[in-house]
Amino acid sequence: MLARERKRLTPQFFVTLGIAIAVLIYTGQVSDLSFVELAKGGSNMAEYISRYFPPDFSDWQSYLQDTIETIAMGIWGTLFAALISGPLGVMASENICPFWVVQPVRRVLDAMRAINEVVFALVFVVAVGLGPFAGVLALFVHTTGTLGKLFSEAVEAIDPGPVEGIRATGASRIQEILFGVLPQVLPLWTSFTLYRFEANVRSASVLGIVGAGGIGVSLYQSFRAFKYGKVAAILIILILAVVLIDTISSKIRQRLI
Amino acid sequence: MFLTSAQGERQVYMTHVQSPPMSPVIYVRGLAKSFKGKLALQDINLSIADGEMVALVGASGSGKSTLLRALNGLHCSDCGLIEVGGMQVQSEGRLHSRVPMVRSRMGFIFQQFNLVKRLTVLENVLIGHLAKTSLIRSFLRQFTQAEKAQALAALETVGILEQAYKRAADLSGGQQQRVAIARCLMQGAQIILADEPIASLDPESARKVMELLTWLNQEQGITIVCSLHQVQMVQRYFKRSVALKDGIIRFDGLTTDLDHERLSQIYGSSLDELVVRGHGEVFVKT
Repeated sequence: MLARERKRLTPQFFVTLGIAIAVLIYTGQVSDLSFVELAKGGSNMAEYISRYFPPDFSDWQSYLQDTIETIAMGIWGTLFAALISGPLGVMASENICPFWVVQPVRRVLDAMRAINEVVFALVFVVAVGLGPFAGVLALFVHTTGTLGKLFSEAVEAIDPGPVEGIRATGASRIQEILFGVLPQVLPLWTSFTLYRFEANVRSASVLGIVGAGGIGVSLYQSFRAFKYGKVAAILIILILAVVLIDTISSKIRQRLI
Repeated sequence: MFLTSAQGERQVYMTHVQSPPMSPVIYVRGLAKSFKGKLALQDINLSIADGEMVALVGASGSGKSTLLRALNGLHCSDCGLIEVGGMQVQSEGRLHSRVPMVRSRMGFIFQQFNLVKRLTVLENVLIGHLAKTSLIRSFLRQFTQAEKAQALAALETVGILEQAYKRAADLSGGQQQRVAIARCLMQGAQIILADEPIASLDPESARKVMELLTWLNQEQGITIVCSLHQVQMVQRYFKRSVALKDGIIRFDGLTTDLDHERLSQIYGSSLDELVVRGHGEVFVKT
């Protein structure tokens, strides 16, 4: 019997290991990994970081307003995305829709997800002008790509029994989805949406760099003006806001699951 | 009446249970179905009259589940014809386009209950009314007071009215199965198809569910077709039995004729699976 036990150190194992090491070495060179440099720059870093202190909170009122704008962008970007992702998520689920619906919808979602928010923001700034609305649209498109995929995965993991039970009463396909699928996935969908909202507030804080509103504008301007105290103040406010949102939303998510 | 085929082993014993009905409420002719090349049903011919209570007997894999699911179009067969209440469910491997309408007139209860666990008991019963509910009201999950009253009445009939506003998940198995039966009543079903309705229940709940089904048959005249693998249950509650083995009907007649001798003739060594397992032991003490 012991002879049947699989050997752990097979030739395949060594080949795989060799390939993995080769890939790591190559990618390390490409990305300029240099720990020597990091160690040498250590003292410079310390000096540079010290310039951020003490934080300069003189403009805190405007920072607060920008933070609220950033969160507002996160809320609307996520909300639009969640509303569209519901139907798209169902349409991208193999257990609900035929492949000729699933495949195109999935490819569209892939495209939305593959492109970063900042890139979309650049596009929308041209389309709707500078300001937070361009940011909302950028968040909306990218988040739809992510939520649509997550939503469809939740739909594909449902228990098919209740849906069959509803089908057996003579209900239509849409009624099967409304009464059989939605109650099963709604807690997960809400949880995913809240999680993306947290992520979107973080993303929204950099969209200002390309002119799409939020606190990123002040952040970028302070950087360019070498006002590191102000940068530190903005970062601290941002950290506090994100921590607050994360805590509240994780509390809500715990209740849902 | 005996139908004798060339091979002695493949005899089908048929006895008339009732005087020939005007027209059968369930009519199956020449039904066959295979899964991945393996035959699940072969040449099934079956007529069930209005108000009958029929047991489909057989071990797991005998095709009784497949047959029940074919009856309301959850499975599409390869060939043959099924008519329920005078309307086609499927013929020659194609589901009829009006199959949701036919389904709405027959209830189906499952071994695993198949309720929507996060919805309330009342909402689960109201699902039985979806076939008559418009799409807009379905979107809003809006049911009228009259519909809710009807659902509550159905729950009262099955004896779990006080559970109406609990989540289905919070009910015991026996109670969940009764919710499923209430859903059939909400449909206004004159036929209930039951696929191993008591296989997941404890003996006491199983007895209550079987007695409820019997009551619905006797008092409300609902036709019941129920698949079971516990022979004691069949002998206690069913007048007519249809025994399947390997997708073929081997017996169709009075349950009293389906005695131990006949059963062992049909099932041979796999008989143990039918008699020993299940909930029959509750009734053995007479």
